[in-house]
Amino acid sequence: MTGLWIALGVLVLLIFMAIGVYNGLVRARNETKNAWSQIDVQLKRRHDLIPNLVETAKGYMSHERETLEAVIQARNMALNANGPKEAGAAEAALGTALNGFFGLAENYPDLKANQNFLSLQEELTSTENKIGFARQAYNDAGTAYNNKRETFPGMMFAGGFEAADMFEIENAAERAVPKVSF
Amino acid sequence: MWDQIRSNRRRSIFVVTGLGVLLAVMGVALGMLFGGGDPAAVFIGGAIALAVWLVMWMVSLSNGDDIMLSIAGAREIEKKDHPQLVNIVEEMTIASQLGKPPRIFIVDDPAPNAFAVGRKQDKAAVAVTTGLLGMMNRDELQGVVAHELAHIKNRDVALMTTAGIMLGAIVLLAEIGGRALWYGGAARRSRSSSNNNNNAWVVVIAIVVIVLTPILAQLMYFALSRRREYLADASGALFTRYPEGLASALEKLGGGQVAQADKSKVTAPMYIVRPLADDEKRQLSASFSTHPPLDRRIRILRKMGGNASYDSYNTAFKSVQGGAGVIGARSLTGEAVATVKPEPDSSTPRQRTRVASDAFLSASGYERRECSACGAIHKIPPELRGRLKNCTRCKAPL
Repeated sequence: MTGLWIALGVLVLLIFMAIGVYNGLVRARNETKNAWSQIDVQLKRRHDLIPNLVETAKGYMSHERETLEAVIQARNMALNANGPKEAGAAEAALGTALNGFFGLAENYPDLKANQNFLSLQEELTSTENKIGFARQAYNDAGTAYNNKRETFPGMMFAGGFEAADMFEIENAAERAVPKVSF
Repeated sequence: MWDQIRSNRRRSIFVVTGLGVLLAVMGVALGMLFGGGDPAAVFIGGAIALAVWLVMWMVSLSNGDDIMLSIAGAREIEKKDHPQLVNIVEEMTIASQLGKPPRIFIVDDPAPNAFAVGRKQDKAAVAVTTGLLGMMNRDELQGVVAHELAHIKNRDVALMTTAGIMLGAIVLLAEIGGRALWYGGAARRSRSSSNNNNNAWVVVIAIVVIVLTPILAQLMYFALSRRREYLADASGALFTRYPEGLASALEKLGGGQVAQADKSKVTAPMYIVRPLADDEKRQLSASFSTHPPLDRRIRILRKMGGNASYDSYNTAFKSVQGGAGVIGARSLTGEAVATVKPEPDSSTPRQRTRVASDAFLSASGYERRECSACGAIHKIPPELRGRLKNCTRCKAPL
């Protein structure tokens, strides 16, 4: 009789542990998903800021039409990109275009004194930083999730859980937090 | 990162337990003093010590954070008041993977300093002084904010509050014991003169314990506090990937010899650097202090080299300080990440101070009105709102 009770107790304990492990995996996966959506939030914010920036700069930088158009074009490309790979390339191109723009803006003291431009510049700097930090956070969450998924006891449930892709940027320098140099 | 938090929690539990034992010893010593070796009195003394601690802990649970913020004179700001500060806090929230950004406060004080409160992560708050906002450029401010968010992330606030209350209880009991001895000692001595020989020893031991325990407890508390400061530096450097930002911020903090308005001892361990008294110079090597010497913190951060990770901080710590390092071994496996180069910042301290003080005024309910005729800017206090009708310079209607 006591043996039966002990067996039953062990079984209940095992079920509870399994539930705990499964829930832990779900939680880690949701955290990874959430971290991924955080990157999208920041990328969208960058797309939203750029038209205002170009609009503000237009009046001061009428001779730099090409640069401004390049920024707008890169932004539209990034906006309409399909799939993560294309989006990654388009976002990188947008970063480069913005860098070029802010480099040129250095030559326009009037523009640099414009309050509107200054606050947009702060917003864009911060958004660039946030994109970088969000990518780092995604990689951290993804690594934790993958570790859970691949090690015992989580591996027993791994069938229903897909591995998270890590953020890899070809350019090693961009792996660190990308900062726009103004 | 999670291992780091876990291994430190274990060590912190150790210190808090140690403080608890000291508290119990204190109570027992008091029991011995009053009861003269009677076992029941010893037991009651221990129980009283526990009760004192419980009451203090309960009091601190009810809104301690808001009390702390109001002692410091902090005002909560919104995005429009100081966009840069809000942005930086949001950046560091993402980097530290806190669920949501803490509330942000500004303290109107020319002394540069910053602190974090909040026993729960989702109810945390950070406060910075206008002096700090004026002094730091964007990268340095980011370093300071990262340090403060690291305190929140590592749950230092809860830990230091608990430890602080225990220390407070011990000091309080020592005070009571000392006074009882001073005023009531003579009467009791004459009453219990029959078994004097036995009791004399008990009283002597009790006195020694009552004198030594608070000192020991303070040393433990200070050691714990210093350790958490180092850890917050390490986490901060990891969040920003730019140790030099925090290093140069600390350097500026060390150079700023301005006395601070909020000198309350309760809030002192919360600040990024210890608040200064009126006639005090910031000493770079104070051993009996809540904070490690600034120059050592700076040297460790600068020795981290091109990598931001707990491992590189620990190596730098060992080469500056010696010893076993400051971070639990389990957490040293994290991947090292390249640090980044700064961007030039063209804002001047004067501009930054103006922006900071405007942000504080706006958070205090001041209204900003520009005269359309002459361009004079009015900052109207809340009590005059709606009563100031004309420009004070050109008398044109506002």
